[in-house]
Amino acid sequence: MSISRRVVLHFPRILVEQPIVYRLVKDYNLEFNILKASVTPKEEGLLVLELSGEQGDYERGMEYLAGIGVGIQPLSQNVIRNEARCTHCGACITICPTGAFTLELPSRRVNFQAERCIACGLCIKPCPPRAMEVRF
Amino acid sequence: MGKTIAEINERIANGQAVVVTAEEVIEIAADKGIKEAAREIDVVTTGTFGPMCSSGAYLNLGHSKPRIKFGGGSVYLNEVPAYNGFAAVDIFVGASALPDNDPRNKVYPGDFNYGGGHVIEELAAGKDVRLVAIAHGTDCYPRKKLETLINIRDLNEAVLFNIRNAYQNYNAAVNLSDRTIYTYMGVLKPNLGNANYSTAGQLSPLFNDPFYKTIGIGTKIFLGGGVGYVAWQGTQHNPSVLRGENGVPRRPAGTLAVIGDLKQMKPQWLVGTSMLGYGCTITVGIGVPIPILSEEILRYAAVRDEDILAPIVDYAEAYPQRQPDILGEASYAQLKSGKIVVLEKEVPTASLSSYAKALEIAETLKEWIKKGEFLLTEPVAPLPGVEAGITFKPLEEHPF
Repeated sequence: MSISRRVVLHFPRILVEQPIVYRLVKDYNLEFNILKASVTPKEEGLLVLELSGEQGDYERGMEYLAGIGVGIQPLSQNVIRNEARCTHCGACITICPTGAFTLELPSRRVNFQAERCIACGLCIKPCPPRAMEVRF
Repeated sequence: MGKTIAEINERIANGQAVVVTAEEVIEIAADKGIKEAAREIDVVTTGTFGPMCSSGAYLNLGHSKPRIKFGGGSVYLNEVPAYNGFAAVDIFVGASALPDNDPRNKVYPGDFNYGGGHVIEELAAGKDVRLVAIAHGTDCYPRKKLETLINIRDLNEAVLFNIRNAYQNYNAAVNLSDRTIYTYMGVLKPNLGNANYSTAGQLSPLFNDPFYKTIGIGTKIFLGGGVGYVAWQGTQHNPSVLRGENGVPRRPAGTLAVIGDLKQMKPQWLVGTSMLGYGCTITVGIGVPIPILSEEILRYAAVRDEDILAPIVDYAEAYPQRQPDILGEASYAQLKSGKIVVLEKEVPTASLSSYAKALEIAETLKEWIKKGEFLLTEPVAPLPGVEAGITFKPLEEHPF
């Protein structure tokens, strides 16, 4: 069975220089999409990935990560749009760092592409009608 | 060849009127020419849906037993203070009013989750609202405290009365400083990180009638999902600004004061709004029909985003310090493209006003007119035009 999961990976400092994502692809046939990455040489690295592949491959990949000392958390935070409150003004478009909001033309309605959302929450408070909500 | 409003109303009543939106008229005028388009079209409908802070509603709550006189005391609706300097049970709630205990910008930038605009939205939605009133008590109005739920259906009057709406043009706001600023034009990122504008452009009422030749006092309009009227020119109405060759103002210019029965309005067109670090307001839906009385009026109504220019203003320094400097101009076509160039830098743009919803308003008004449900009114007096010689006065302080 093919699955897709969003995970938050915490790398201890000693693992930062290892090609971990490459191993996930090569050894476990997982497709990855980087949603957020923050790797500073002398500190912990953080990577938010969407991983897709066969369930068995995914589970073995997670075992591999746990085995080498990578902390794994499911991405539990989700940002959703309250469709009844959204006025389609577009104030969110320049706030979102990943371009999850786009204008549909010619209607100029604002699309929210949840698959591009990294749940950073930056859009929540600048939204004038407060249509964006964080769900845990 | 001209038409009169009476003739247009006759065609509306007979279901024969040709009604198009201010977006549709652009193409029709381009295809058929101004003369033919003016002959065919009876009404052009406009629309706008953006935050409009100088909005509010007055309510008459009915008399309690025993009676209470609010005047001189204090009144709160869902903890939001309402103005009560009237007779016993009349109050006015303004869109920007905040609960006394709202922390405002003490924790910067303040959230401003709930204010007068939200109260108006909840009233329009038919929700119960908590009324708390404190009074001094008199022989004829002995009661000193009143706490009760109220509902719009039980009020004698609930009237939306907005003293400045539908601004004819507005600034595109940017931030030249090196920190994020929180303004009524939204969150502005440092070093020209973004540019926010707020208009429906080619759909906006006063851009389609730049010299107020048809829109006047008494004009019947779409207001908050119901019917309203232009009551007066709005505050800060300033027809005397710089205009383009097409007559369209290139700076914030005319405004409308509008009024209508809140009981027949809809909450989706009166949306309580929060501007992070700034305050509360309300997003108001307004649509104005423009009777095509002449070719000249049609030419104005066929205005396109490309032909409307907005000034670009720095909200970190120039705006707060009331400096007249602008950083340039951008057309609404450029602003709506998603990026403009300011000081040689490409700046992403976003709108605070919803074009999609403005279009829905123009379409709704078009349908009302086509169905014969909405007749046009003859203005009882014009709005002051360029000839009025109005000067927009700043406040000069006189210390005492």
